[in-house]
Amino acid sequence: MTDYSADSILVLLDVTPSGALSKSAAGLLGAAAGVGTPVALLVAAPGAGEQAATDAAALGGARVLVAEHSAAGSGLTVPGADALAAAAELVRPDAILVSNSIEGREIAARFAARSRSGLAVDAVGVSRDSEGIVAHHSVYGGAYNVDSAVTWGAPVITVREGSIDARAEAQPASIERLEVAASGRKAAEVGALEEEVVASSRPELRGAAKVVSGGRGLGSEDQFALVEQLADVLGAAVGASRAAVDAGYIPQSHQVGQTGVSVSPQLYIALGISGAIQHRAGMQTAKTIVAINKDGDAPIFEIADFGIVGDLFTVVPQLIAALEARKA
Amino acid sequence: MKIVVLVKEVPDTYGDRKLNLQTGLADRAASETVLDEISERALEVALAYADSHADTEVVVLSMSPGSAAATVRKGLAMGAAGAVQVADEALLGADLGLTAEVLAAALQRIGFDLVIAGNQSTDGSGGVLPAMIAELLDVPNATSLNSVEIDGAELRGERATDHGTMQVTASLPAVISITEALPDARFPNFKGIMAAKKKPFETLSLTDLGVDAESTEASRSIVISLGEKPPRSAGTKIVDEGDAGERLAEYLVQNRLA
Repeated sequence: MTDYSADSILVLLDVTPSGALSKSAAGLLGAAAGVGTPVALLVAAPGAGEQAATDAAALGGARVLVAEHSAAGSGLTVPGADALAAAAELVRPDAILVSNSIEGREIAARFAARSRSGLAVDAVGVSRDSEGIVAHHSVYGGAYNVDSAVTWGAPVITVREGSIDARAEAQPASIERLEVAASGRKAAEVGALEEEVVASSRPELRGAAKVVSGGRGLGSEDQFALVEQLADVLGAAVGASRAAVDAGYIPQSHQVGQTGVSVSPQLYIALGISGAIQHRAGMQTAKTIVAINKDGDAPIFEIADFGIVGDLFTVVPQLIAALEARKA
Repeated sequence: MKIVVLVKEVPDTYGDRKLNLQTGLADRAASETVLDEISERALEVALAYADSHADTEVVVLSMSPGSAAATVRKGLAMGAAGAVQVADEALLGADLGLTAEVLAAALQRIGFDLVIAGNQSTDGSGGVLPAMIAELLDVPNATSLNSVEIDGAELRGERATDHGTMQVTASLPAVISITEALPDARFPNFKGIMAAKKKPFETLSLTDLGVDAESTEASRSIVISLGEKPPRSAGTKIVDEGDAGERLAEYLVQNRLA
């Protein structure tokens, strides 16, 4: 068995149902390269891991472990945790990084509980000090910065998707098969999978550089199209307040806020959103915030870099026309 | 069928939430506290099943400071038959690992066919405890469910995943977590509030559960530093005089945002 670097960081990469690397892979490997030598781990169906493994090396995985699991896709969470346990035993890393996706964080959870490792969730960055790897968190909607570490051993850290800008240098592909002994822990069985249909070429809300969100001020599902039009002119993702979701203007997957998606884009435009504290908690770390609302006392104006008190049904079409005129 | 619902008291998200900058702990005095909405929805799943299956016992379980007893009691007023609260000074600042150990130990003591939790609390929003508890108890985790169908010794549901939805099946006993796609909880009525006073409410300590919070056998996550971000300040605010759209376009272009 070949040796692994003393400063190895084990990185579990999510793989999509069709076998491709998840978008979170680049950020995870970027974070790992900043504090050590990234060793990537993929769990894939037999024969399906090769392309993803090559891609993982191109994104900075100095070594890539592929656990081929015939049960991949049939048992929920447990096969992933078994593979992570086998890889951790082999690599003896300084830290384990996992995406804070639903699948990723639950694999991290089972592994941490099994190995009695310290678990830090939803980190937005990692660093190294004299005692080991430190996780950086942004909590209570970005109101506080918290650093955490573990009392001993390698921390298991889940990393918020889209939070890491750093990227690692491409590495020559060094791909190894990882033998995994099944733990036999009881698991739920996975049945039919219905992949989300991506209806447009718009960027995904999570991790988007620009977001245009609409609130109850849009008034109806039909009029919510104005949000989409502005988003398309800017190349932005579409978000919404809970009020707009509850009113049925747009599906819940677009909800930004405490109980929805947290975003930190370069630009966040809030249309007809009053800015309830729950909404602000999900977007106030945006670099630039623009708000248009006819109520001049709306709390969203307290945090807006550029606020317009006015009727969004006149301001937004004028904005779209002005932006299109500049493009032409 | 015995269903245990994990419930949590959280700071009300309708107010500003504070962390104590000295201790790193949530400042419970700084904001109103409520039963987390997702906990209430989890309880609703259990109560709805109990409504149509008379031999069902629903118990709420919470690890929380003693001061949270009134919040846990709301679960009784909503219709749970009993409540168990693990309250111990040694749990102040407990990390996810210790919390999972404590809840797993309490579940073993209470006994269960099914454990129901919310997918993510509004304060910690970790989303990991149900899977940790399932690992410690060696039962399946069927988590992030948008729908739940309990059929004898089996449970089915639609799971929200990162790439769409999938059908999952688990044999009982199991730990599940549910999403906001499930219905709102019922309100406690006067009859429920009165009945709650007579229902069993058990308070457990770590000694009762045989858990040592100071044990060094498990690695713990600790806060090593904490800071408050300066609040955002408002920038330019204009009232539309017919040219606001054009002025905003100019602002976006100047700032290289369009």
